Amino acid sequence: MIPYARPSTLTEALQHLAEVPATIAAGCTDLFPATDRPALAGPILDLTGIAGLDGIDHQEGAWRIGANATWTDLLRAELPPAFDMLKEAATEVGSIQIQNAGTVVGNICNASPAADGVPPLLALDAEIALASRNGTRQLALRDFLTGPRQTALAPGEIVTALHIPDTATTGRSRFLKLGARRYLVISIAMVAARLEVHNNHVTQAALAVGACGPVATRLPDLEAALANQPVDVLPDLITEASIAPALSPIDDIRATAAYRLTAAAELLRRAVRDLTGGQP
Amino acid sequence: MNQSFSTISLTVNDRAVTVPANPKRRLSEVLRQDLALTGTKSGCDAGDCGACTVLLDGAAVCACLTPLIRVQGRAVTTVEGLSGDTLAPLQRSFLRHGAAQCGICTPGMLTTATALLAEVPQPSRAQTEAALGGVLCRCTGYAKIIDAVMDVTDAPAPNHAAGAAVGAPVERLDGPPKATGAEVFGADHIPQNTLLVRAIRSPHHAADFTFGDIKAWAAAQHPPIHVFTAADIPGRNRFGVIPSFADQPALAESHTRHRGEAVALVAGEPATLEALDLGTFPITWTPRPDNLKPQSDTLIHPDRPENTLITGKVSTGNPDTAIDKATHRATGQITTAYVEHAYIEPEAGVAWIEGDTLVIQACTQAPIMDRDDTARILALAPERVRIIPAAAGGGFGSKLDLSLQPLIGLVALKTGRPARMVFTRGESMTATTKRHPASMTATIGCDATGRITGMRFGGTFNTGAYASWGPTVAVRVPVHASGPYRTPAYHATACAVHSNGPPSGAFRGFGVPQAAILQETLYDDLALQAGLDRLAFRRLNALQDGDRTPCGQEIHGVGIADCLDALQPAWDEALTQAAAFNADNAMLKRGVGVASCWYGCGNTALPNPSTIRLGITPDGTLRIHQGATDIGQGANTVIPQIAADALGMPLAQFQIIGPDTALTPDCGKTSASRQTFITGTAALRAGQSLRAKILALTNMGPNATLALHGHTLTVTDAQSESRITLSSLPADPQGYVLSTEETYDPPTQALDENGQGVPYAVYGYGAQLAQVEVDTTLGTTRVRHITAAHDLGRVINPLLAQGQVEGGVAQGLGMALMEEFIPGRTENLHDYLIPTTGDMPEIRSIFIEKPDPEGPLGAKGLGEHVLIPTAPAILNAIRHATGARITRLPALPHRVLAAIKAAQ
Repeated sequence: MIPYARPSTLTEALQHLAEVPATIAAGCTDLFPATDRPALAGPILDLTGIAGLDGIDHQEGAWRIGANATWTDLLRAELPPAFDMLKEAATEVGSIQIQNAGTVVGNICNASPAADGVPPLLALDAEIALASRNGTRQLALRDFLTGPRQTALAPGEIVTALHIPDTATTGRSRFLKLGARRYLVISIAMVAARLEVHNNHVTQAALAVGACGPVATRLPDLEAALANQPVDVLPDLITEASIAPALSPIDDIRATAAYRLTAAAELLRRAVRDLTGGQP
Repeated sequence: MNQSFSTISLTVNDRAVTVPANPKRRLSEVLRQDLALTGTKSGCDAGDCGACTVLLDGAAVCACLTPLIRVQGRAVTTVEGLSGDTLAPLQRSFLRHGAAQCGICTPGMLTTATALLAEVPQPSRAQTEAALGGVLCRCTGYAKIIDAVMDVTDAPAPNHAAGAAVGAPVERLDGPPKATGAEVFGADHIPQNTLLVRAIRSPHHAADFTFGDIKAWAAAQHPPIHVFTAADIPGRNRFGVIPSFADQPALAESHTRHRGEAVALVAGEPATLEALDLGTFPITWTPRPDNLKPQSDTLIHPDRPENTLITGKVSTGNPDTAIDKATHRATGQITTAYVEHAYIEPEAGVAWIEGDTLVIQACTQAPIMDRDDTARILALAPERVRIIPAAAGGGFGSKLDLSLQPLIGLVALKTGRPARMVFTRGESMTATTKRHPASMTATIGCDATGRITGMRFGGTFNTGAYASWGPTVAVRVPVHASGPYRTPAYHATACAVHSNGPPSGAFRGFGVPQAAILQETLYDDLALQAGLDRLAFRRLNALQDGDRTPCGQEIHGVGIADCLDALQPAWDEALTQAAAFNADNAMLKRGVGVASCWYGCGNTALPNPSTIRLGITPDGTLRIHQGATDIGQGANTVIPQIAADALGMPLAQFQIIGPDTALTPDCGKTSASRQTFITGTAALRAGQSLRAKILALTNMGPNATLALHGHTLTVTDAQSESRITLSSLPADPQGYVLSTEETYDPPTQALDENGQGVPYAVYGYGAQLAQVEVDTTLGTTRVRHITAAHDLGRVINPLLAQGQVEGGVAQGLGMALMEEFIPGRTENLHDYLIPTTGDMPEIRSIFIEKPDPEGPLGAKGLGEHVLIPTAPAILNAIRHATGARITRLPALPHRVLAAIKAAQ
């Protein structure tokens, strides 16, 4: 028999996973590229039959992005402006074909250092909801991502959703991605910025950078430095020196480490300028 | 919960189907293999190319990323479902606009566009570009695809009257099957009882290997499989496109010279082979020290000292003195990367035995060369091998070389069963040829008035592990490195040197695009030094009719000055616009660049004849046997156009017998921009010859008109009418009552030791103007416009010619800005980048018709020319915008930014 499970409830799925270690599948847009064979290998646990993992909704002080929600679902959801950066990232995930199949949660679980979804979700203080036969737990996204292609997902565990707390959905947001071509491109660097501004002063800043280290990261020191500042000085505060300590870019086929640092600082300045109405 | 999934039910193109299948199988495989819907193409199996796009409940998805189970109970629409008895308006629009060239991306483009148009019936250009951003095309540069999607009207194909085919924008005659998905590419013909073949390939750049117990391993599979190694090859296990340099084994014997080189074949029932883990194959690898760059430390072929394959040279006058005495001198060096052809169709084909003939239907650009080399490897007489070129899903030079032909041929021969092989994207990228990486230096001098006085050029071209077309590159580069400019004193050498990289072969331009980058960027230096406008500087030095090239060849029909003149208005306007923009912008800077090309059509001072046969059957069928492989460039259309007008019959009346070594005379290879010129001349002569026979038979004058109705051929002139009853004439062994065969081989003259002679009978010319915008803080470049002026001598088909220009520009842009193949690292289409819809500029084509005395109706070649000026024009524009001088390609953002900083 071909080991393929497509349960209709989470309980069944967790039961199955406890018995058969399996590759967890939803959109499959990262699983198939990992093989050149005509079919996926090994046992598969397919979540897409579980209706409870579908959709994007708001409940109990947080937005929930279900494990089966695709990038297209996200683009079509009505969400506060704080999510604009996530929607901008969604349009940059592969192509429309990928966005129609690939899931937001899958992008996180794949844990690529260049995952388009991660910087915006970091800047939204996303929490990962995990379930296993032993119960549920919630982890901050930054704690869930432990390295390139590595996560804190334990054996027997399934990510059921992302939760975005209402406290992180204030302000406006922007995502900028830099690649060597327009579509279907892996980032050289990318940034997500969420700013809450009152009376031309920053009341809250959430900044994240991707593809400039083993995992995407928030910039807490810079965020603190921007807090309470008038918006017109923000670009001056964003320098390579101010972001370098948080990042560890590498030289690779797409760019040099030094260039990535330069680009990340510039992209952050542009994102912040866009959000504060300045000229790019 | 663990359903058995013995069958899966879905709706495909409004038809309910139930397939017995593995739920984990790619939908693309199920559609193609189980449901025989081969219109859905597999280009990468990774979601990188979009060729397999189907609609799932109306939404575009990659069928290669969709497990079969995901479509249970749902509706799938493939390209076959877009049309009924007639083509859908969108499909018609694709043909009318010339949006399909090779046609391999067409199904994915059509399905993706169908989803867009369902949501947005009249999309903007930006919406269209964004929607199609996930489908790669390597032929068209996307312009005509985007036009087709934005301009869907149900206009019928126009008819072209007798004598009016040449010069008309005739739609591709082989277009409809490309739009319906019915076209048969290399992977699409799957005979009953076919064995699947896979190759064991070297994971190392260089390694020795020994086999373990292959027999036991093969016997242990369920059911047992076949394994073949070099020891099974009955003939000469050495092939190569140039016989005297043949050095490549079909299967390596004891060591491999590049990553991806095949060492063994496994063949068996498809289900067994698909599931087989090739990692268990009993082989021991002992890696050798490898050289990915040309150097002489370790010899890659013991009989080639210093790893030098060949050095080409052209020398005239005394360039050292000329440069010494020059008022202005410019010296530079440029390094270019391996460039991958990245056609969307990986190599594929099938072989079977028919009587005592081995038949191979595979993608190719060179059927006769395939036949002869395969026959040698398999110890068969050439006439026992029949090559039927499948539709080629892009070629651009790489499908000139053998790939899987001898491998599937060997399996079919040994087993007696049909044998089929489809390269994975990774195999296609590691095992086949690339554009030569070049490391070039040059010095050019001019006098105080700006006239070029002398040039020295030297280049090392990394020819990789095997010879392939390295000798051609080494010879072509010195012939062309001057550009289409008067260069009285000249010394140029190009040395093809081996490495353990993939074999470098033919890629649109044979090294000339690399050389043009250096020459054209140095021309900007000289123009600046001489205080001349950069276009005026080129115009001043442009070759004229009656001039001699650095090879000493006197040339006529030279259209480069006309091309440069045609750019003048756009140049003036672009410079003004850039200056105005730059005055108002600090971060974004616009620049304008220009570069030229010239390119000799056909083999370099070697015979390369083409033969065309025309015939009329007793029942009045008019046939053209057209053996020039159409890899998307349009030979299936252009050659009949020429023949039709020469004969004086309507194009629509021709039945085209496509390339097949059993059915068509030799039209040589689709390479060197030779088909329109050489096969076109054969077609012209064949048309004229058949016409002359008909007129002689009826004793009519040269202006008579011909009309074919049923089995009656009517010949009419001003005075009288004469009828030939075809069915009453005796038929020849080919079945024709009237027929002719004409051959043309261009007149050339061998080059002497200084490269003096007549390398080509016909040259084509062109110049392109690039307008770019550079982000000076990020180093990113956006090409905004390309204006391309090309001298075609005579435009046979303006629609297809524009398509060639737009596609060539796309490849030139990719080479300039993003394309860099790194062995072992960029062996897929997400690490190796080619332009998408969003990277292409607006392209305006200007055609010059300066007749060539030798070309058919004055026509010249175009296919490779169009790529040559693009990269240097872009680099010159970047420099104009920012001062940045790029010396290493591609001009990735970090390199551009570093060059901007260095220039400040």
